[in-house]
Amino acid sequence: MTAFQVILMGLLIICAVSVSFSKNLLNAILIYMSFSLVMSMLWICLESPDLAITEAAVGAGITSVLFFVTLKKIHAIDASEPDAEEEKENE
Amino acid sequence: MSKKKSTEEYQKTFAFRFFRWLSGEKDPYSGKVEMHPQKEYQPDPEAALRREKEHDAIMDKVYDTEHNKWLHLFHRLYQATSILFCLFLIALLLVTVSHLPAIGSVARPVNNEVSERYIEKGLEETGAVNIVAGMILDYRAFDTLGESHVLFVATITVLILLRLNKTEKDEADVNDRRFEPKNDAILQLVATFLVPVIIIFGIYIILNGHLGPGGGFSGGAVIGAGLVLYLNAFGFKKTEQFFTEKTYKWICFFSLSFYCLAKSYSFYTGANQLHSVIPKGTPGAILSSGLILPLNIAVGLVVACTIYAFYAMFRKGGF
Repeated sequence: MTAFQVILMGLLIICAVSVSFSKNLLNAILIYMSFSLVMSMLWICLESPDLAITEAAVGAGITSVLFFVTLKKIHAIDASEPDAEEEKENE
Repeated sequence: MSKKKSTEEYQKTFAFRFFRWLSGEKDPYSGKVEMHPQKEYQPDPEAALRREKEHDAIMDKVYDTEHNKWLHLFHRLYQATSILFCLFLIALLLVTVSHLPAIGSVARPVNNEVSERYIEKGLEETGAVNIVAGMILDYRAFDTLGESHVLFVATITVLILLRLNKTEKDEADVNDRRFEPKNDAILQLVATFLVPVIIIFGIYIILNGHLGPGGGFSGGAVIGAGLVLYLNAFGFKKTEQFFTEKTYKWICFFSLSFYCLAKSYSFYTGANQLHSVIPKGTPGAILSSGLILPLNIAVGLVVACTIYAFYAMFRKGGF
């Protein structure tokens, strides 16, 4: 196991722990996205590029986009972000 | 000789109802399975008072930790036991892991005749250079068919759960388009360059599934992600020109039934020791490995459409 893989695994643990401790839902999704990205890099290190492609497309891309849409639908992003409210008022 | 039935008589027949259902004129379930909003909760002041009294009584008598010695003891014991149990579980799992056979040892249960056959005869029997594709689409194609069906059933379930009435749908539509970034210059410019590349890369992954890493699922997921990006940049009006609910239905129907029929044929010939007419081709060529390439395309189509459909349904409850 190279040093790079150890660093990636450390990042995975940090991401996994910080998702459960983050109060802001938007931040939690972003951390979850980075978890998937690190995981896909780790898949390449473990010589399974097909899994890496799937992980990057599904884990980092589509799942988090669906989470964003859900947060938007339940107005969880608007409440926690003052910038978004201002933009709406400007419109 | 054909006997012409009168219109009234025809309307009573099964065929009339069936064709009406098929063409979508009348849905027999519409109005029966929709969820109705519940009645608003009206708190009863008397019941609330009574509940409060009971709650107080319980807190005074049962959970009086200062005077109830047994409860105090129980709490202490509970905490100690939970910590001990966690430690025991961790120790048990670590001991189990330490007893697993070492990587590369001959005695591992992985080293059985199944994987041996896959590795040794995979290229010869399936014609796929990518051994993983040969495994999932030839030796274990039945599992992959089940996976595609699971995806399809999941979309249908979401479609039922997120079903909206006609009037509600219009409202949600308008509501959704208001928040849509209509003319986001940066997003549109980036999407103009990225979307074709992403979709071509996805097609490459699907078509190259039997030669290199990749396959139907990963390629379909990449294409689906590209479609979602396109939708975000240019809005529903552009995507509806080529992708509607009907397109989704027909693509899924044809892909799944093609997969089902093709695999049924190869299972039938394989089980009965018959000669299959599908040529294996030379390993390494793009048109090789028998059924794996068309099956990859079918799976990729289903996955790409399903991912796009999920996103569209989450956004506005339909296509």
